[in-house]
Amino acid sequence: MLRYANPSFVLRFVKPAIPICAGLTAILLAVGLYLVFFVAPADYQQGETVRIMYIHVPAAWLGMFAYMVMSSAALGTLVWRHPVADAAQKSAAPLGAMFTFVCLVTGSLWGKPMWGTYWVWDARLTSMLVLLLIYLALIALWQTIEEPQRAAKAAAVMTLVGLVNIPIIKFSVDWWNTLHQPASVFTTSGPAIYSSMLWPLLIMAVGATFLFLTLHMMSIRNEILRRRLDRLTHLAVAAGEARGTASFEPAR
Amino acid sequence: MRLKAQKLCIDRGGRRIVEGADFDLSDGQALIVAGPNGAGKSTLLRAIAGLLPIAAGALDLDGEAEDIASVLHYIGHAEGMKPALSVGENLAFWGAFLARDGKRGRSPADALGAFGLAHVLDIPAGYLSAGQKRRAALARLLVAPRPIWLLDEPTTALDVRSQGALGQVMAEHRAGGGMIMAATHSPLGLEGAGELRLGIAA
Amino acid sequence: MSGPLSSLVRREIAIARRIGGGGSMGVVFLLVLVTIVPFAIGPDLNLLRRIGPAILWIASLLAMLLGLDRLFQADWEDGSLDQLQLGATPLEAVVFVKCLAHWATTALPLVVAAPLMGLLMAQEPESMLGIGVSLLVGSPAMTFIGAVGAAATVSLRRGGLLMALLVLPLCIPALIFGVSAANAAAGGTVPFLTPLAVLAALTLASGALCPFAAAALLRRLGE
Repeated sequence: MLRYANPSFVLRFVKPAIPICAGLTAILLAVGLYLVFFVAPADYQQGETVRIMYIHVPAAWLGMFAYMVMSSAALGTLVWRHPVADAAQKSAAPLGAMFTFVCLVTGSLWGKPMWGTYWVWDARLTSMLVLLLIYLALIALWQTIEEPQRAAKAAAVMTLVGLVNIPIIKFSVDWWNTLHQPASVFTTSGPAIYSSMLWPLLIMAVGATFLFLTLHMMSIRNEILRRRLDRLTHLAVAAGEARGTASFEPAR
Repeated sequence: MRLKAQKLCIDRGGRRIVEGADFDLSDGQALIVAGPNGAGKSTLLRAIAGLLPIAAGALDLDGEAEDIASVLHYIGHAEGMKPALSVGENLAFWGAFLARDGKRGRSPADALGAFGLAHVLDIPAGYLSAGQKRRAALARLLVAPRPIWLLDEPTTALDVRSQGALGQVMAEHRAGGGMIMAATHSPLGLEGAGELRLGIAA
Repeated sequence: MSGPLSSLVRREIAIARRIGGGGSMGVVFLLVLVTIVPFAIGPDLNLLRRIGPAILWIASLLAMLLGLDRLFQADWEDGSLDQLQLGATPLEAVVFVKCLAHWATTALPLVVAAPLMGLLMAQEPESMLGIGVSLLVGSPAMTFIGAVGAAATVSLRRGGLLMALLVLPLCIPALIFGVSAANAAAGGTVPFLTPLAVLAALTLASGALCPFAAAALLRRLGE
């Protein structure tokens, strides 16, 4: 398994994999969006705004999926100390943050006609907001620690601490929210999903997943190349100096 | 130009570090500040640069006590290089900031070349080794022309070749009428330099 | 455009951009603070609407303190501060320019972000505009006052906390008139421009005086 995690192997693998995934993403999202706008029915209660759901739900799903990817990579970092796991971890954080952010924005747009305001402290949205904060903090951690191995280890531990914490946060937020106001558009008592809505949703979700995979692979590739560039820069700095290998002369 | 000090006394942390230092330096001359560790060599150079107050005595340039700091270069232990900026950007900034009356010196590439560092021009300073960083700091002497150079242990971390390059740069500076005052333990190759011996103040 | 001060501005902004973090970290910190408030006081939108401008001002003030301890510290550690005193430019002008560059890279993102976070606090558009304008006018005062604290604690390893202790009490006037202006924009009896004018005066006065205090502290560092 470690053989496949060799950075050169990864670079060779993603070269054809990126265009394939990108193509699948384009097809799935094109079909999905067509179904969303021209086939799926408007909701009898929510009207056209229900179409936001087809972006909102996949974004929420990927915001959490990215955290799972990041946690698996964090295990790879801690157990095998592998540079590709570091790169996978580092690359997943901004993508997860982006999808979570999209989820929050679409959620508040969806909520506007319901609540009359862009944001209420709804339990689900609030949990996603906390997830976004965790992502942003991890990104800041990556940015602040300059040495990549040390950053990877610190981020890995924080990611796993976050993983354990997320269910607790979710539970606490739910409890906090029910204390104050039970109403929510997103509760399970919402409109039942018919198959005419389910298919577009599934296709959008799969398309968004491929979008994530494409971007993740591109980002991992960039990270591997960035580390190579760093190494080459060190070599270039040394290259201008007098050459010589280390030698040792014993005392007489 | 003539830099003259009479009975210079400098305090640091409430203690007198330098007591009654006299020297006289004019165009093309060099002065080596010698003395054991703790004798106040660095303190003296910092005080001349205006980074420490002078407790007693007189320091004047051509009879004036004003504005000595803006005609001199001070190379201390810290390099003043930002790791995030390229070596060339660092030097270009100091060239612009330390320029006197808008007069620029040699280009960063040229100045680095004098110390055998032309290949790091576009590389962030954070990548440099200790000796390379020191040479990049010394290249600052050339990007902004200033007549007086105060050098605090300039050969720290320098290999033999770079020491030679520094010797040549200093000789050229003196040939052009510049003055050098260096605190050092190692011979710098400054021909005909005077010596100011500092003792530990009682 | 290659004078000493303009090259200093360009250098400061280039460093902030390369290192990154400074500005964006402040915005994230602001978001964290704004997020935890409702967990403590409850998600009642009417209450949040009323206290929103105050929360955003306090959060912005704290977020601004975040990077301020590094304002002179990095230059002090790497010897740049010595070199900055050797230029023909007075140290007061150097401090002033460094404050402006620091404000542009760390406070300006907050000025833009804070009104948007007003959305989380159920703020009306007028109120969001009021928060933005009052922060725009008041935040330079906090940077200038903070610069004095940063200069006083520059050589201390754990200077950040001490700096906050020194600076926060001095920022109270800016906080009072800033929140007052932001509240006035949301409605109320006080006209918007009255507290805003006082806030502008605070900024101008601190901009004129604080660089002298900070430069005096920095000159005394070696002793």
